[in-house]
Amino acid sequence: MSTPVPRQDWPLYEVFIRSRAGLEHKHVGSVHAADARMALEHARDVYTRRMEGVSIWVVPAVQIVASDPAEADALFEPARDKVYRHPTFYAIPDEVKNL
Amino acid sequence: MYTQALDSHGKEPVPAPTEPAAAHFQARIDADEKIEPKDWMPDAYRHTLVRQISQHAHSEIVGMLPEGNWITRAPSLRRKAVLIAKVQDEGGHGMYLYGAAETLGVERAELIEQLLAGTAKYSSIFNYPTLTWADVGAIGWLVDGAAIMNQIPICRCSYGPYARAMVRICKEESFHQRQGFEIMLTLARGSAAQQAMAQDALDRWWWPSLMMFGPSDADSKHTAQSMRWKIKRFSNDELRQKFVDITVPQAQFLGLTIPDPALRWNEGAQHFETGPIDWREFQAVLQGNGPCNRERLAARRAAHEAGQWVREAAAAHADKARRRAA
Ligand SMILES: [Fe+2]
Ligand SMILES: [Fe+2]
Repeated sequence: MSTPVPRQDWPLYEVFIRSRAGLEHKHVGSVHAADARMALEHARDVYTRRMEGVSIWVVPAVQIVASDPAEADALFEPARDKVYRHPTFYAIPDEVKNL
Repeated sequence: MYTQALDSHGKEPVPAPTEPAAAHFQARIDADEKIEPKDWMPDAYRHTLVRQISQHAHSEIVGMLPEGNWITRAPSLRRKAVLIAKVQDEGGHGMYLYGAAETLGVERAELIEQLLAGTAKYSSIFNYPTLTWADVGAIGWLVDGAAIMNQIPICRCSYGPYARAMVRICKEESFHQRQGFEIMLTLARGSAAQQAMAQDALDRWWWPSLMMFGPSDADSKHTAQSMRWKIKRFSNDELRQKFVDITVPQAQFLGLTIPDPALRWNEGAQHFETGPIDWREFQAVLQGNGPCNRERLAARRAAHEAGQWVREAAAAHADKARRRAA
């Protein structure tokens, strides 16, 4: 057997697919690739074998900045008591139409 | 394909239920919340998932070999195109699953190294040979059929990335099973020799397919913990029973005989009862002594080593392009 090569993956890319025109790109998974072009081709092979997409984004996984679940309260709690941002907060008499 | 309850003889620590973080975690699972990669999770949950998802991924990859064996000898261009598409899907399933495992903080290269070193398990079913074209039909019908039975509940698994990968996989498996059944149907309606070939394939794949559901519940030590974590939703025996109940009538439709003289319909229970499974055979295959274990691993190692220069060249090329652009 040949000398063991130190294991190293190609960089990881996160894959986003637009399933059809008019819809947003949606995260579907990831691929490893040596470069961006190869990442697109791998994403095509892995995630669109049945016409699942008309457009692909690949983003180097290391470039994604994500919020920390431990901060979820600090980030999202302030919106919780602002029910007046929803239309149902306002009581309008039934007789009033088209409002 | 193909997950299998292989973990029954592993050892894993069970989290102390008094630990507040663990209690909070369990409460989230009990409330049917999904766990996502960056969420806190007990080490044992993480390790169980890494092992199960990577074994599942390895099974998809090794699973390409028995059917790949027949691509060049498929009886028509249609059958060949279908078989290539099916085998390519299995490769894709492996990719979805390695990707899901990586969200738990392991590297793909590390998982593949475990497979090639023979320290990681994969489904026992792929250590059986594909001797005739009918085996391709039997695999699609029975092996993918058993896989679907195993995998559909995992679409509701508590770990988000695994559940999502499984939804994608399950959508693709139905074609695998139907093309296999169609092959069996064609043979079953064919000449006496073709019928005999179909029967022979069923004779050889029936029991190994039942073993795909893993050890019987009495011997399955980790089912309870996996159920509490909602990684597993049904026990091995429950899934096996469901598979038998739907598959026996299909065999009857084909005019084939299930190779089990003890098989009988239990009117009271509304289930088919089967004869005993030979668990010594299952253990022997898991321990590396099935008909094709050595051949399968040798094929994976050869493919990996033959591709090494390609991976290195692509990385070197990308590196050079980056430096030129800088
Ligand atoms: Fe399949
Ligand atoms: Fe599969």
